Amino acid sequence: MGRRTKIENTVSLLKEKIMQAVFFIAACTSILAVALICIFLFANGIPAMVKIGLPEFLTGQIWKPGNNIYGILPMILGSICVTAGAAVIGVPIGILTAVFMAEYCPKQIYKPLKMATELLAGIPSIVYGFFGLVVLVPVIRAIFPMETDGMNILTAAILLGMMILPTIIGVSEAALRAVPRSYYEGALALGATKERSIFSVMLPAAKSGVIAAVVLGIGRAVGETMAVMMIAGNQPRMPKGILQGVRTLTTNIVLEMGYATDLHREALIATAVVLFVFILIINFAVAFLNRKAAD
Amino acid sequence: MKSKIQKFFVMLSAGITFAALLFLIAYILIKGIPNLKLSLFTWKYTSENVSMLPAIINTIYMTVLVLVIAVPLGIFSAIFMVEYAKKRNPLINVIRLTTETLSGIPSIVYGLFGMLFFVTALKWGLSLLAGAFTLSIMVLPSIMRTTEEALKAVPDSYREASFGLGAGKLRTVFCIVLPAAVPGILSGIILAIGRIVGETAALVYTAGTVAETADSIFDSGRTLAVHMYNLSSEGLHVNESYATAVVLLVLVAAINMLSGFVARCLDGGTK
Amino acid sequence: MNAIIESRNLKLWYGDHQVLKSISMEIPEHEITALIGPSGCGKSTFLKTLNRMNDLVGNVRITGEVNYNGKNIYSPEVDVTKLRREIGMVFQKPNPFPMSIYENVAYGPKTHGIRSKTELDGIVEESLKASALWEEVKDRLKTSALGLSGGQQQRLCIARAISVHPSVILMDESTASLDPVSTGKIEDLLMELKSQYTVIMVTHNMQQAVRISDRCAFFLMGELVESGSTEQLFAKPQDKRTEAYITGRFG
Repeated sequence: MGRRTKIENTVSLLKEKIMQAVFFIAACTSILAVALICIFLFANGIPAMVKIGLPEFLTGQIWKPGNNIYGILPMILGSICVTAGAAVIGVPIGILTAVFMAEYCPKQIYKPLKMATELLAGIPSIVYGFFGLVVLVPVIRAIFPMETDGMNILTAAILLGMMILPTIIGVSEAALRAVPRSYYEGALALGATKERSIFSVMLPAAKSGVIAAVVLGIGRAVGETMAVMMIAGNQPRMPKGILQGVRTLTTNIVLEMGYATDLHREALIATAVVLFVFILIINFAVAFLNRKAAD
Repeated sequence: MKSKIQKFFVMLSAGITFAALLFLIAYILIKGIPNLKLSLFTWKYTSENVSMLPAIINTIYMTVLVLVIAVPLGIFSAIFMVEYAKKRNPLINVIRLTTETLSGIPSIVYGLFGMLFFVTALKWGLSLLAGAFTLSIMVLPSIMRTTEEALKAVPDSYREASFGLGAGKLRTVFCIVLPAAVPGILSGIILAIGRIVGETAALVYTAGTVAETADSIFDSGRTLAVHMYNLSSEGLHVNESYATAVVLLVLVAAINMLSGFVARCLDGGTK
Repeated sequence: MNAIIESRNLKLWYGDHQVLKSISMEIPEHEITALIGPSGCGKSTFLKTLNRMNDLVGNVRITGEVNYNGKNIYSPEVDVTKLRREIGMVFQKPNPFPMSIYENVAYGPKTHGIRSKTELDGIVEESLKASALWEEVKDRLKTSALGLSGGQQQRLCIARAISVHPSVILMDESTASLDPVSTGKIEDLLMELKSQYTVIMVTHNMQQAVRISDRCAFFLMGELVESGSTEQLFAKPQDKRTEAYITGRFG
């Protein structure tokens, strides 16, 4: 068996070393990507913030690129309103559906339903947006014919609430399933009803996972662009009621990037910086919650 | 009594969730299928006949390009994380944190970054290539994570047996561990394809919105999802939008099912 | 007695926990040596130090020597892959690779650079014959190894181990997960193999040690309490603890 010569041995050792380096470099691309994203966004966005003035930029209530007035407060509030609305609709339905999936769902229909929630996650935002445009918008317009043309915070919140369902269902269900079965059985053994066991024992035990699910869903809602753009009206003004059209941070970028130049363009990139910071905060919150859930 | 109410709300919520999904699918299919005309699948896009075939071909180009870039990167990264890195290597935590960050970044931010970096700084212009690199970064974390999970699921006894025969690490990884992890990796890749097919915001300002088939990877071209965005935002082609939505929906559903099917092969395959 | 492997003052720690306490013993060539002792006594760990499988576990510290043919296998210039080819291993649970029977046996020789089809065919046949599996599988070499029964899988793993022509085979409780019939087959096989190979086996089953081993070593809490010919160790144990164990008072 001693067929391998010294040279062959050296070659194979060299191969090991080279491939190990290749794996290492590949693993570092994600670090490089995050670094590049930060550098390019900040380098292009921060000068605009300086030129406009950070307070004016963040708290300015008027966005009029034609007049060189760049205040993104309406968009920040727009994002917050739409996201909060989506959370109000999506979070309870999502968590309760997760409870259904983990505790109530008959075995025979579990698989198709699980696939359905995965499909819900896979449907492109543009299809959601289109669905909102052709279904939700006319319905809302019909309900409130005087107040709105159908494109407003409420419509966007309903659609986004639907879009964040799969995230919340998936992560909450996993958190519920991670709770030791003995907790549930222990509660039942004390004479609690199934519902009481679930709501007073299982859900609290799965708390950090469920909260992570909610935060993850909120992250999705804040970042959603195309679907919101098609149904939210996109007026860059301070939101005053849920039946008003609104523009979010994300849609502000897509709407105007195509033709923006100079400071206007930079102000849009600065908008992305603000969005990015929002998302980073949410990400860190999720990471923190996951660590806590793992302990 | 309280229990009954709680149960009612659980059932109601599940009902709403699945009814909403069912309604969305049914609505799109019923409104869209009658609009699926053969003329929408002609080779040429014109303003009279907004054929979606060029966009479908661009989507295929884009998917292949992204996979060529992201799959080796994702698999190699996962191999490093699972097979090579020492457990307490601080770099692991940094990489984990950055991939988590990447997976949370909204697609519009990717789009903007792609525009600033690939399109402008690297001077690639609006092109399939710039779009593909942007999407590659976007799908990298999910390919990495699914591959890592698939590698971890390979029993250590396989590795031991291979090392016990005197095989080196590289041979063990490529001949034993990776083949055993293929179903899991594949299902991750298929899910990534789903994301590529459905993506819009990251592509509008990187790959552009030209409606014709791209001649090369340095050419701009719209994918099917971008095509649908253009159609529906112009507002002139509602029927064609429905038809495109049907195609997208069917594609994504098929991709999802395929992924689930492949993942289930994992259980049948190794045990 | 011609010792093929010899350990001297071998100590091993997992983190702060010392698992082996200064083990010194000699293992003669062409014999079956059984390592016995209660769970957690360090016998499996000791076995794995002999072909450096412990290298795969992080956080391990080893001092002392293991000499194979007079050379310390822990010295830095040793090629671990070459060492593991000469000292093969069969594990507790059958662990065939998820590939065909043929590919399982051919994997080792291929690893060591044999490419010729006819040569590989020869090695596969010879190894499967040596592990008494040939007659059962010769018509389905291309089918998945995972379709074999547990006992067949373990014999396949033995075939895989001898396909690279090792001089020593380490067996880590390799019959523990098998039924008595399969165990009997493997024991018969080992009796035949010992003319060509040195076998070192960890076993929980004292009857098995008595049946097939030539020499026996008793481990307790990381210590080598006693070693010697199997006959002697079971008939006239020198140490009280050995006596207590073999008469079934603990373990």
